[in-house]
Amino acid sequence: MHVPTMAEFLASGEQPDILFWVGCAGSFDQRAQKITKAFVTILNKVGIKYAILGKEEMCTGDPARRSGNEFMFQMMAYQNIQILNGYNIKKIVTACPHCFNVLKNEYPELGGNYEVIHHATFLQQLIDEGKVRMTDTGGFKGKKITYHDSCYLGRANDIYEAPRKVLEAMDVALVEMKRCRSNGLCCGAGGAQMFKEEEKGDTRINIERSDEALSTGAKVIAAACPFCNTMLTDGVKNREKENEVEVLDIAELVALSLGN
Amino acid sequence: MQYIQQAAFLILAAYSIWLFRSNILQIKKNIFLGREEDLSDQSSLRWRNVVLLALGQKKMFRNPTVAIMHFIIYAGFIIINIEVLEIILDGITGWHRIFLTPLGSLYSLLINFFELLAVGVIGVCIIFFARRNILKLKRFMSKDLDGWPRSDANYILIAEIILMSLFLIMNASDRALQIQGNEHYHETGNFIVSGIIAPLFKNFSSAQLIAIERSCWWLHIVGIFAFLNYLPYSKHLHIMLAFPNAYYSRLEASGKMHNMQNVQNEVKYMMQPELAPTGDAQPMKFGAKDVMDLSWKSLLDAYSCTECGRCSTACPANQTGKLLSPRKIMMDTRDRLQEVGENIKKNGEFKDDGKTLLNDYISVEELRACTTCNACVQECPVSINPLDIILELRRSLIMEDSNAPQEWNAMFGNIENNFAPWKLSPDDRDKWTEDLKN
Ligand code: SF4
Ligand code: SF4
Repeated sequence: MHVPTMAEFLASGEQPDILFWVGCAGSFDQRAQKITKAFVTILNKVGIKYAILGKEEMCTGDPARRSGNEFMFQMMAYQNIQILNGYNIKKIVTACPHCFNVLKNEYPELGGNYEVIHHATFLQQLIDEGKVRMTDTGGFKGKKITYHDSCYLGRANDIYEAPRKVLEAMDVALVEMKRCRSNGLCCGAGGAQMFKEEEKGDTRINIERSDEALSTGAKVIAAACPFCNTMLTDGVKNREKENEVEVLDIAELVALSLGN
Repeated sequence: MQYIQQAAFLILAAYSIWLFRSNILQIKKNIFLGREEDLSDQSSLRWRNVVLLALGQKKMFRNPTVAIMHFIIYAGFIIINIEVLEIILDGITGWHRIFLTPLGSLYSLLINFFELLAVGVIGVCIIFFARRNILKLKRFMSKDLDGWPRSDANYILIAEIILMSLFLIMNASDRALQIQGNEHYHETGNFIVSGIIAPLFKNFSSAQLIAIERSCWWLHIVGIFAFLNYLPYSKHLHIMLAFPNAYYSRLEASGKMHNMQNVQNEVKYMMQPELAPTGDAQPMKFGAKDVMDLSWKSLLDAYSCTECGRCSTACPANQTGKLLSPRKIMMDTRDRLQEVGENIKKNGEFKDDGKTLLNDYISVEELRACTTCNACVQECPVSINPLDIILELRRSLIMEDSNAPQEWNAMFGNIENNFAPWKLSPDDRDKWTEDLKN
């Protein structure tokens, strides 16, 4: 499979329908790369005309801004917007809620105006339009699955239903944690916490959250954010449950259910 | 005697209203020490928030039982004010039950309703008191509330119970006087609650009853005036400020951070020097070190906080034992603002007292623990945004003081050099695509 870049589209004088914004985690983090690959597999299978920026993509500046470094954020935003506007991008899909939030809510006032969609919503649309047909190749039908709300998808942007609809389309047995939807507990990664040690306390946030997820008895913890994924995976490992419980992104769940 | 009472009442009323007015003006002045922020757009949406969030207490209904109880106190408080209006008019005119004749049968209906409300308020206040002091709900036991804040909450519950009891006893002694045939006390018939208490006063002399009735009347109104002037020092200011606070609450997606126009321009001029204005650059201040650097809305937030702790109960950092507590962020901001306001009042202008909100009130460790998850914002029943304050203080820490943990400095370096927060080559950004080839 070849993953096309914007530069290639430009060279051939064509414009893709969507830009897939991969994000730093999706590009570099080994666990998150699997999510990225699963998502392009779906795009490929559905036959969507998409492109990535490839080496031209840069950090959106989210962790810089939230740690307090506005200078660095503005630098990254400026450069990214130059590139996006240069390619005349109209529609962006991303699998990272942090990139999604910055691109959708924070770039417009800096001159970057795009239609930005998170992959949870995008996948739900593909399912609704019948472009993606779920089979049970993944064996998720009737399986106990819980969904962890990402703060930047949920409270920050009010997206609670789309990822759940995707899971419903797979006929899974969705079990909710007590703290879900707008009451959902953070995984501990946001606000640039991902990039430093936690402050001292009684327990780590990701342990608290993965314990709650494990207590539902779910066999799969579904997430829609590469950072939540890392945090929860660590939490599950910490309790030595990694052989019984998987942490999977909804894109991975869909990719596994596409049939052969 | 009658005239002395009228005069005393007028003086008391005028004084307490004047005092209240100057307290409120002082608070308004303090709030406007904050940075400007234009929040005057989309007024219809804002009014909708006032109706839903302040009047309808929508967020409280995340826990329906508590919401209903709180609503009883709140409705009781507002509605019984109609009765207070009568008390005030009686006080000024020397009349007794001035609304009785004009309202006719509606009058007993109203008073019956007020009496039922009063009983409801007493009941709920007792339950709330028990929740704080006997059941010891976790969020009320937090050290955030040590000292004055914990007493404040209890005082007000006790005061409400006393005020409502005075109202009922006043009506009961009034009824007892009517039964004795005292002319000044117009026949009203039995009211629903005080009618049950009245027979207890059967054996009291007329003079004793008048003394009781008058004492209750006076204590009730003095209590209300005292309450009015207690508000500005209390968490109960939220009964007023919840309304403007809902009106001015943020309408954008809560994930969006405030843009820093000055930094945006700075970066633009760096990238496109031809756009840079000529002449000396203005000195810039980044983020907030003290209350004056925060938006006025954050300061209104601080005065509106009811110290209920719902934010901290939902906070992932607080729940896992970190020092951060969004409630404390709001309380610290108010305390510091109060201090700055007094400083200005005393010195004519702000005189450096060697203190700032950052460090002296809110520590770096607290700020560092925030995951920007927005749970506190989501929970707050009075539309407060503790996260805005946290983020502005963080900006000051990083941009003014270059105070960042080692790992963050490394992350900044990586973003600058590798365009990603990790120490990985930008050339490898699309390396994952190679695994898909074949
Ligand atoms: S945004 Fe920060 S302060 Fe608010 S609940 Fe989340 S971690 Fe706590
Ligand atoms: S900020 Fe809101 S939720 Fe937190 S203590 Fe104050 S009123 Fe309660």
